[in-house]
Amino acid sequence: MVWNALLLALREIRRSLMRSFLTILGIVIGVAAVIVMVTIGKGATAQVTEQIASLGSNLLIITPGQRMGMGQRSAAPAFDEDDVASLRREISAIAAIAPNSSASSTAVYGNENWSTSINGTDNGFFTVGNWQLASGRRFADNELRAGKAVCILGETVRRELFGGQNPVGESIRLDKLACEVIGVLAEKGQSARGSDQDDTILMPLRTFQRRIAGNQEIRVIRVSIRDGASTQKAEQDITRLLRERRHISRNEDDDFSVMDLKEIEKMLSGTTEVLTMLLGAVAAVSLLVGGIGIMNIMLVSVTERTREIGIRLAIGAQGRDVLLQFLVEAIVLSSLGGIIGILLALGASVLLADLMKVPLVFSPGIFAVAFLFSMAVGVIFGYFPARKAARMDPIIALRHE
Amino acid sequence: MNSHASALIELEGVTRIYGKGQAAMTALGGIDLRIESGEFVAVMGPSGSGKSTCMNILGCLDTPTAGSYRFEGVEVGRLTQSQRALLRRNYLGFVFQGYNLLNRTTALENVELPLIYRGMAKTERRSRAARALEMVGLSGWETHTPGELSGGQQQRVAIARAIVTEPMLLLADEPTGNLDSVRSREIMELLADFNSEQGITIVMVTHEPDMAGYAQRQIHFLDGLVERDHLNREFT
Repeated sequence: MVWNALLLALREIRRSLMRSFLTILGIVIGVAAVIVMVTIGKGATAQVTEQIASLGSNLLIITPGQRMGMGQRSAAPAFDEDDVASLRREISAIAAIAPNSSASSTAVYGNENWSTSINGTDNGFFTVGNWQLASGRRFADNELRAGKAVCILGETVRRELFGGQNPVGESIRLDKLACEVIGVLAEKGQSARGSDQDDTILMPLRTFQRRIAGNQEIRVIRVSIRDGASTQKAEQDITRLLRERRHISRNEDDDFSVMDLKEIEKMLSGTTEVLTMLLGAVAAVSLLVGGIGIMNIMLVSVTERTREIGIRLAIGAQGRDVLLQFLVEAIVLSSLGGIIGILLALGASVLLADLMKVPLVFSPGIFAVAFLFSMAVGVIFGYFPARKAARMDPIIALRHE
Repeated sequence: MNSHASALIELEGVTRIYGKGQAAMTALGGIDLRIESGEFVAVMGPSGSGKSTCMNILGCLDTPTAGSYRFEGVEVGRLTQSQRALLRRNYLGFVFQGYNLLNRTTALENVELPLIYRGMAKTERRSRAARALEMVGLSGWETHTPGELSGGQQQRVAIARAIVTEPMLLLADEPTGNLDSVRSREIMELLADFNSEQGITIVMVTHEPDMAGYAQRQIHFLDGLVERDHLNREFT
């Protein structure tokens, strides 16, 4: 009986291809939207996780002031070189430490100029940030101590200023400071927040403080923790030491913050996951709208086919035959929409992932869910019109023009 | 009136009233009728005389308000709607004035339709439908849709659809009403052949005395009652 209903439904769909297509368009778009949203969202989450892992593990970031939400920070004195030395000396869990202050400036070489961020730091920067050199060398000890005018370029800066040329040994100008290029960093690409990590120039901290910033401040201290040591314990030790050094009494809050990169990672991937769910939910609403579209067309179709229903009832169809026919028709239509939607989503996901440079992460679950949902839409929204058809009086239906 | 059990159709005091109270309208005012198996009956009468209502009841599409309708001894009024559908499916065939074929559906598929509801397998269904079309002289027209057929051809398809199930009773409601006299005579001869050769009982509503002439018996309705019920002279 179901088989017969399927046969009749397929005949009816074949008979009006254009209308059938328009009927299922809503479902097609709904299913495709849900799958594409979830796929791209998962890709973005995977990308964020991967990029944060590339920053180096067990990283703590120490900054003066406390976050007060919405990107604001409370005012607090910066760190100095003694803070760094004392951390290095007293906290055994620290594997590497990198003081850092930065400012933006324009670098000039010949006729080329490029606005970038200048970072004053030391060789700890390489270990903590997981950076490699593409060419040249790191800072020499005497350069760090004396604050010599040397710098290491990020790949983006190198490309913009030198093009195909080798910059090592050349001199660039930063404001009034002439600076010798001693090395180039290996390319790292975009950060998790979407900024270009290679758009930077490194120079010895002292050089930066004296020649660019004009103060003794250290704005950020990055610390990487020894493998096997507890990040939490190190965080507590650092906090205790810095409170002591900054003379914070017992009942006062910290005027600095120690952030674990893992927490930032969790926060960021959490955000993208919530966003994915939200987009998926919005797309699911369009599936619902698609279902209402099917109901609409089925109701019109039942009215239009009143006479046909009368004929069927007269020649021996029972109410349930007619009910089944229209219900199966709705389910076949919506499932067909689901299948086309899945195919469309496959194509669109590949295209979008490529365009947005997001890894393609297909989850079979979402395909199954989207397909079952589209079938369910057929059952739910097909039932009402089908029941209307099944309950017709054959005599009245036959008289219908 | 003899009352042995062989009658296909037995109506006793059949009344059909539409509406209720003040608005009630009596379409059939108590009809007694017996039609034996194998008869060819023409039902005549002006519009509003109750003949359509009577056909609906005979076709198990409608049930009497009062009185009894027995088909093959079965009391139709006591059957549920879907039991009546099964009765139509297995024992009745319908031919309508307006052909009532499914549009955009080939002649063969139209004829197949009642067999689909009987759950017949595809190959048998196909061959029986093709044979029925052959019997009405439409071999070679299987794949044509109603829009591509003349009125006479469409009515032949409808007749093929009605007889493909080999029904006990064929109900025809003005089958020649939309056709010219030549086509009308062809259709009537077809029906008469099915009656005489296959023994299918036919009850046919018509306005035209010429067409009624093909039947063995004529029943005249007037104001919801049987006014006259007689055999055609040439068959006596």
